[in-house]
Amino acid sequence: MKGWKNLEIGAVITEPGSSTVYKTGEWRAWRPVFQRENCIDCMICWVFCPDSSIIVEDNKVVAIDYEHCKGCGICAFECPKSKGDNESKKALIMKPEYLFREED
Amino acid sequence: MAVRLMTERKVVPYTGNMATAEALRQINPDVVAAYPITPQTEIMHFFANYVANGLVDTEFMTVESEHSALSAAVGAAAAGARAMTATAGPGLALMWEILGVASGMRLPIVIPVVNRALSAPINIHCDHSDMMGARDQGCIMLFSENAEEQYDNVIQAVRIAEDERVRLPVIIGMDGFIISHSIENVSLLTDDEVKKFVGKQTLTHSLLDIDNPVTHGPIAMADSYMEFKRQQREAMMNAYKVIREAGEEFAELKGKKYEHIETYKTEDAEYILIVMGSAAGTAKYTVDGLREKGEKVGLIKVRTFRPFPYYDVVDVIDASNVKAIGVMDRAETFGGYSGPLFEEVCTSLYTRGKIYPITGIVYGLGGRDCNLNHIEEAFDVVKRKAAGMDVPPVTYLNLRV
Ligand code: SF4
Ligand code: SF4
Repeated sequence: MKGWKNLEIGAVITEPGSSTVYKTGEWRAWRPVFQRENCIDCMICWVFCPDSSIIVEDNKVVAIDYEHCKGCGICAFECPKSKGDNESKKALIMKPEYLFREED
Repeated sequence: MAVRLMTERKVVPYTGNMATAEALRQINPDVVAAYPITPQTEIMHFFANYVANGLVDTEFMTVESEHSALSAAVGAAAAGARAMTATAGPGLALMWEILGVASGMRLPIVIPVVNRALSAPINIHCDHSDMMGARDQGCIMLFSENAEEQYDNVIQAVRIAEDERVRLPVIIGMDGFIISHSIENVSLLTDDEVKKFVGKQTLTHSLLDIDNPVTHGPIAMADSYMEFKRQQREAMMNAYKVIREAGEEFAELKGKKYEHIETYKTEDAEYILIVMGSAAGTAKYTVDGLREKGEKVGLIKVRTFRPFPYYDVVDVIDASNVKAIGVMDRAETFGGYSGPLFEEVCTSLYTRGKIYPITGIVYGLGGRDCNLNHIEEAFDVVKRKAAGMDVPPVTYLNLRV
């Protein structure tokens, strides 16, 4: 990373779209786990996600961008296919991040 | 197009507020955003008149609070406008959060402040607690002794703020009512002279430059926040040079030289008072009176409080015959040893290995009178300190017991 003498003064960003390279997913305490087989591609999660972290290809949700997802849980809360208690039927399930970090 | 009103230099009977408004008119900023608060309100009364009469090109925004006033100026400055506001006391306190935003975003906003006491109890009169409370928010801070200095300082502030080595907001303080509402002789420059002196701003990363889109005010986490703060420290250190350069150029134009500090009869002085703002005028007069009686007294007036002129202050003290120093603060630092100016002076001396008897004097809070007798009392305290007598860390002047 650049030192203080080389950074733009006043923290001005001169390259548009640089937030994609600023990885902010580290903060996440909960992880949305996506189960493709239960998804109906209604795109509600895509609309609601405040961090543009629902990855869509050819009108289908394909994955979650864990480099930017903050784990807020809004996607899972809004998802019509993620109500009730039966986890196997949900499209999005919020799970504690430590379960995955231990695997790393 | 702004109207050329003053084509010849003039000496006019002006209050500090009138002088500030006149400076604003001649600077002709792109945007002025303001909210009324005593004793600053009058500046904007005069300026609003100029706007209404088409004498300036300024976009004048009357907003709903001082927080909003500075926020509007921040947006305007980020867009590339020359933006200004003005406030006083509690208004500056309400701006506090945005002061850090303005300095952190490195926006050269010029902010005349009419120094007023903070509440509670409510008090509208002169006190430096407002600027002292904001002193760590990254703004350059100048204090004026009288209306003409305020006029001159506001004009120089534009140059200082916009210098590419600096790019920081500048707050210029004048004592509430004592300067802001008292009529004095003020010598004005012509409109053209001011226009030429302030020049045009070199734009850096204007939001309106759509060919080079930029983001202002983004997040900077633990991985880079500290680097940006280090940049601000550098800008402040550069400001030390730039303020001096602006003062020298201003002297060429107007003949009056502005430096970080002003000294008065310090060369052979044994007892020195250090003061900021209008009390310096009273103190000079007192020094003259005491000198006539053969007393070796002198005065240092601090004009630049941020960046603090450590070297200037110590050099002057060092070159005198000082036996003791009194530092006069028009603000309290409750629980600190003495006031903020006292602390800066002590740091200046200690870090240069110069140890002199020194004492804190708090005066004029909430507009409490500070006349010749009180300055004499202050010198008495300094003399007692020099004689090795027991002097409390802080002496309150003109206090009922
Ligand atoms: S948890 Fe929040 S941030 Fe992450 S994908 Fe869902 S809505 Fe977006
Ligand atoms: S809200 Fe649920 S069902 Fe709809 S697209 Fe997103 S994951 Fe699929």
